[in-house]
Amino acid sequence: MEEGKQKMTTQDDHPSSVLHPPSSEIRPQTEASERIKVEGLNFYYGAKIALSDISISIKDRRITALIGPSGCGKSTFLRCLNRMNDTIGGTRVEGSVLLDGRDIYDRGTDVVELRRRVGMVFQRPNPFPQSIYENIAFGPKVLGLHKNKKDLTDIVEQSLRGAVLWDEVKDKLKQDALSLSLGQQQKLCIARSIAVKPDVILMDEPCSALDPIATLQIEQLMQSLKADYCIVIVTHNMQQASRVSDHTGFFWLGKLVEFDNTERIFTRPRQKLTEDYITGRAG
Amino acid sequence: MNFNLAPNTNKSTTLTMKKSKPERSTWSEFFVESSIRVVGFSTIGFVALIFLFLLREGLPIFYEISPANVFGTRWYPTFDIFGSLPLILGSAYVTVASILIALPLGVCTAVFVREVAPQWTREILKPLIEVLAGIPSVVLGFFGMHVIAPLVRINLDAPTGLTAFTGALLLAYMSLPTIISVAEDALDSVPKSYRDAALAMGATKWQTIWRIVVPAARSGIATAVMLGMGRAIGETMAVMMVTGNAARMPLSVNSLFMPVRTMTATIAAEMGEVANGSVHYHALFGIGIMLFILTFCINLVAAKAIFKKRYRGGLR
Repeated sequence: MEEGKQKMTTQDDHPSSVLHPPSSEIRPQTEASERIKVEGLNFYYGAKIALSDISISIKDRRITALIGPSGCGKSTFLRCLNRMNDTIGGTRVEGSVLLDGRDIYDRGTDVVELRRRVGMVFQRPNPFPQSIYENIAFGPKVLGLHKNKKDLTDIVEQSLRGAVLWDEVKDKLKQDALSLSLGQQQKLCIARSIAVKPDVILMDEPCSALDPIATLQIEQLMQSLKADYCIVIVTHNMQQASRVSDHTGFFWLGKLVEFDNTERIFTRPRQKLTEDYITGRAG
Repeated sequence: MNFNLAPNTNKSTTLTMKKSKPERSTWSEFFVESSIRVVGFSTIGFVALIFLFLLREGLPIFYEISPANVFGTRWYPTFDIFGSLPLILGSAYVTVASILIALPLGVCTAVFVREVAPQWTREILKPLIEVLAGIPSVVLGFFGMHVIAPLVRINLDAPTGLTAFTGALLLAYMSLPTIISVAEDALDSVPKSYRDAALAMGATKWQTIWRIVVPAARSGIATAVMLGMGRAIGETMAVMMVTGNAARMPLSVNSLFMPVRTMTATIAAEMGEVANGSVHYHALFGIGIMLFILTFCINLVAAKAIFKKRYRGGLR
């Protein structure tokens, strides 16, 4: 106990040097505003309850990681945040999810506008079987975000630059997106999601299909995106959560067991279950 | 053939059988296996024999009369003029017109059934569409003759309702079940991840369907069209009953509303009254060969598209 306390103080003295790459150090972390507030969320697949009584506050311009074993509900929770679960029949939601203070499950919610504001990157890179350009241009086109062709080209370039993919693909924008490597495809998907100028980006295990180098690149990309977006990432890789995130939530059997600063979760969790999971004794 | 293969099979079955089953069953295994083999190979054999017969009866026409006559523009068997061009064009005309009608209808129906219709509607529609494929073509021909042809005649103020257009309408109807079910399978095989990605970006359901799902299924839809075409070009009875059967060159758009004669209808109509082994007889088989080559090419293209789709599927 005494030793743990000792360790804790040293960790607090040097908060970000170990856990965060330099980019986050340059920007001083000021108190972030709240972007998403979830209160008493229950989610059902048919009669089966998948999430029970989740309450969480997600900060803007921070990376929030959700960890937990397979089937614990973390992906389901993520999909509640942009109502992607609506596309699955027989599901039901209780409680509230406030995005900037407005409940997204209100009757009057424009789901299309909600999904523009809350983008999503999936587990497997899923570019459309079209050209690189068309992949990025799709979102702005369907939402009518551009005035003319020049505008659209600018959006495509900005988005690709934002996803640090521009230099690699600028000479082959007309090529089939499926010809890119998996890592590049995933960056393309991130570029595609930022093309519609969202506020929040949800990432559902974005690196689980990628090799370590591509994973590292995506993680660096997340650090640079953090300056402009609120990012929520689901991962089953605890090292990844500790490397990239500011806040971490631990899910277990459909419940949010613990939610706190990432350092706190990984150094001195309040719950025994969290500690057992991150040290590999449970799950 | 069977005899050659037998020892080999016997050996392998004995080896596996020794462990678990008594000796007696290897003989029944061998018997079942070889009879299935015989049936399988004989089916292929029959097809090959039919093809050889077609060649034997049809090829002579290409040296019995001059090539200029074979591919001429007039078909007058009574005067030994066997120009097949009007028949080939007639078939092509009716088939292409039918596809132009059936493609939008078929794709829209497939989109409706797969993407829009609620579960219970889909469960009613799918078997219903398959039943459509089972209506005998002579019944459709009868319907076309007595219902569609008069409608065409009255509405277009034409001298006759028995036109290429009438035939195209009927053929479109007949190829629809094929097009719908193959296109629907193609839509079904578009990965959910594409839809998710589009929806997650704020695309509406329609934008997702028209801009992502349908384009992603285009190779499958192309296959559907080719298979529909194969069905249309080989159709005989309904076409013979409603197209008027005038062997004239369909050269303008106007010809769509005039009678034409297709290759299949010519063979069906004239084969019964032709002298065995005569030039006319060979000419009809010659047309059969051309028809065979045409459908073979169409099926080849369709098979290629199917193969491509599988290859893409592997990449996902």
